[in-house]
Amino acid sequence: MELNEIIFYILAFIGIVAALVTVTANNPIYSILGLIVCFFTISAHFVLMNAQFLAMVNIIVYAGAIIVLFLFVVMMMNLNDLPRVKTHILWKVAGVVGAGGLMLILVASLKVSGNLVQAQPVANIGLIHTLGKVLMNEFLVPFIMTSILLNSAMIGAVLLTKREKRIQK
Amino acid sequence: MDIEIFNGVSVQQYIWLTVILFSIGVLGVLSRRNAIIIFMSVELMLNSVNLLLVVFSKMHADSMGQVFVFFSMSVAAAEVAVGLAILVMMYRNTKSINIDVLSKIKE
Repeated sequence: MELNEIIFYILAFIGIVAALVTVTANNPIYSILGLIVCFFTISAHFVLMNAQFLAMVNIIVYAGAIIVLFLFVVMMMNLNDLPRVKTHILWKVAGVVGAGGLMLILVASLKVSGNLVQAQPVANIGLIHTLGKVLMNEFLVPFIMTSILLNSAMIGAVLLTKREKRIQK
Repeated sequence: MDIEIFNGVSVQQYIWLTVILFSIGVLGVLSRRNAIIIFMSVELMLNSVNLLLVVFSKMHADSMGQVFVFFSMSVAAAEVAVGLAILVMMYRNTKSINIDVLSKIKE
């Protein structure tokens, strides 16, 4: 086994365990911690594939922004005062059966799918130098649209959480 | 036939990994009633698909896939902001984050 393969298996194992912790933990804080670990392993996979720009963006956006949002919401709700959300055992069984069935179908369909075709490998497609050129030439309009999307999402989030004034009768 | 994307690791291994991660996300969405954890499972599914997109972009030696991952990340960030705002509003009105209380909306 080569070093890369060993690193891949270790990262995959940690990622799957962290994902399982995310899904099964009773305390939402533990779920968030598991999600952080899972995102970091996925960033490590990006580094392993030499996609350095996406690795950095993944850490900044997911581990930096999204997880902090989740933590803020969980702490703001002060979940220890709430009664624990109880899941009926039937729901759990149905979830396991459904997800297992989906995985079975995906594995079976990928097993019989045709061979993959590989292009000539290029070393530096993941670097910010290359990605920036593509982003600024071919994807300039979608890139600008993204800023509009993020702006509208921010306005929407602020408007949604604003307390409405009581209607005077 | 296995295609290597870098020394020792093939595309197939990455496909199995992302299938497992995606199924774990589906499991979380289906079996949990806590709205925050359902959101986190959705993020997990998005991230596993991002990983697969990067693998295929590496396989085809084309940087379009990675640009697409960049866009999907920004959409995910917007989605989380709005979704958590809805969650906070729901918590204020019902004092609960169990998604079953949302079925009262139709009454």
